[in-house]
Amino acid sequence: MKPLNKDLFNMKRLKVSLAMAFWLSVVTFPIMVIKINTINDTVIWRWGNLALIVILGLFGSYIWNYALDRMKERKGESNRLKETLSGLYQRLRSNPKVKKPVLAAVVLVIAAFPFITSMYSTSILTTALIYVVLGLGLNIIIGLGGLLHLGYAAFFAVGAYTYALLYQYFQIDFWIALPLGGLFAFLFGLLVGIPVLRLRGDYLAIVTLAFGEILRIILNNWGPVTGGPDGISRIPRPSFFGIDLKLQGSINLTYYIMVLMVVITIIVVRRLEDSRIGRALEAMKEDEVAAEAMGIDIMKSKLTAFALGSMWAGFAGVVMAAKTTKVTPDSFGLMESVIVLCIVVLGGMGSIPGILLGAFIFKIVMEYFRVFAMYRMLIFGAVLVIMMVFKPDGLIPKIRRKYTVEKEGA
Amino acid sequence: MLKFENVSTYYGNIQALKNLTLEIQKGEIVTLIGANGAGKSTTLMTLSGVVPPRSGRIIYKDEDITHCDTDLIVQKGIIQVPEGRHIFPYLSVQENLDLGAYLRNDKQEIKNDLEYVFSLFPRLAERRHQQGGTLSGGEQQMLAISRGLMARPEVLLLDEPSLGLAPILVQQIFDTIRQINKENGTTIFLVEQNANQALKTAHKGYVMETGKIILADTAENLLTNDEVISAYLGGA
Repeated sequence: MKPLNKDLFNMKRLKVSLAMAFWLSVVTFPIMVIKINTINDTVIWRWGNLALIVILGLFGSYIWNYALDRMKERKGESNRLKETLSGLYQRLRSNPKVKKPVLAAVVLVIAAFPFITSMYSTSILTTALIYVVLGLGLNIIIGLGGLLHLGYAAFFAVGAYTYALLYQYFQIDFWIALPLGGLFAFLFGLLVGIPVLRLRGDYLAIVTLAFGEILRIILNNWGPVTGGPDGISRIPRPSFFGIDLKLQGSINLTYYIMVLMVVITIIVVRRLEDSRIGRALEAMKEDEVAAEAMGIDIMKSKLTAFALGSMWAGFAGVVMAAKTTKVTPDSFGLMESVIVLCIVVLGGMGSIPGILLGAFIFKIVMEYFRVFAMYRMLIFGAVLVIMMVFKPDGLIPKIRRKYTVEKEGA
Repeated sequence: MLKFENVSTYYGNIQALKNLTLEIQKGEIVTLIGANGAGKSTTLMTLSGVVPPRSGRIIYKDEDITHCDTDLIVQKGIIQVPEGRHIFPYLSVQENLDLGAYLRNDKQEIKNDLEYVFSLFPRLAERRHQQGGTLSGGEQQMLAISRGLMARPEVLLLDEPSLGLAPILVQQIFDTIRQINKENGTTIFLVEQNANQALKTAHKGYVMETGKIILADTAENLLTNDEVISAYLGGA
């Protein structure tokens, strides 16, 4: 019997990995090994680095190829472990004896979180929750509507600046600014959507990206109104019936506001999926011609998805402004849009638990691993590549809900 | 009921329909036959508002619908079953059919219609929970027609329903088209390449060539017309 690709040791794979390691050492030779001291005109040869690269390249490539081979072998074969786990999960979920205490424990932990951890942790969790809302909002546009949107941060900015400007010029309270922020983002979504949604695919992505940048540049340069690159500072944190909460109280309040908002967002998104407009969007995403033949107004459906998704960014923006007490145009650059997009794609497009997980991984891991801040983009890129190869549907892929219409009397 | 009056449609500078005039009476099966590129599909797309005409008028029930949007035309009861089926591949058969009834609100009637299409195509009933994309070509065509029926069309537009189907299935599809017309009085506008079958099914026929109607007669007469026989029916 010839050795299976599944076997851990495989001569062919080893050869490929050796070639890879050699190639990698050649490519990185000039920057990793040679170090020129221009003052003394000497060259330092760092052979240690070369050894490191060869070893890393060899192991990395070997593991990568091994994983790829395993994935190929596994294709079609059912995954025993996965099935057992998901079966167990389903049974636990449907068992009220387990479900209720677990649910209660989760609620308790969420409610008590600010009192059992530090202010710093609460603050980070609040940020993560803001990104959950952003992810769920963008998911309405991408996951439900199938529209690639690369300028989502602009709508986040609309929300944040709504509160910042309204406070600065009219001393408007957080609670009034919150719905207004959503409303303005919604209107801005309509305004941008009408010309932009005539485009498809790549073109849509480019134009949304451009719109995002346009807004950021306007905010940056319209100094007299927006404060330019300095932004607007000393925005008050959320108020609570006029009671002075001190810093700790305000941070806790912001946290609870975000928890509530996440819950509301999840409910709304789930309702939306099952609604008429949700069905229309799903049909449109699968086949536009057929959807049109069913009498679905394509333009209207796309606009609805676009504007509704934008609205959530607006809400999240208002809370963000209140949380950080300062807004600057730099907080709403392309990178921000890309991060939210990554949350959606990494977590699993269209999957609510996936997006929750995605947002937590992104914001919390990034925050606690500040030590590696230098390598953040490197790790980020590597993780995305690995994800796209091995789990293209995201961490928790969307499960298509099946429904049945029972015959009457049956 | 439905009338084209001197309709001309262009793709850029190319004229696809040249002063097209045709008429469909209520309860009729009317077929439009012609070679590839004659403008058959363009006629349907013009009617559905996908490619609006540059001149001429389309009248439906004494109303000018020439420049209506597609979704509005669907609302008026003119339902197209697009060429190449265009079913929703990841939705189940049942969900595909439900989307056909997207514009309707009468739950009980929708249920009855669902039973009706399942009686027309028992195969679909067997596969109601299967994903649309996993059906065979013939089944997909049945699904596409059924989905069109779920909208309760007054006029059903069929664009090449026999495309890429085995002969036995082609026969079955045409039989069903006749059955739908007879049982519900649905007006059917059938665009086909399979001239023989189409003319046998229809009451009236139009023959199209390079954007123009060159012949219009009852289907029976067209079947025995020498020109039609030599050009489309493969006779000498």
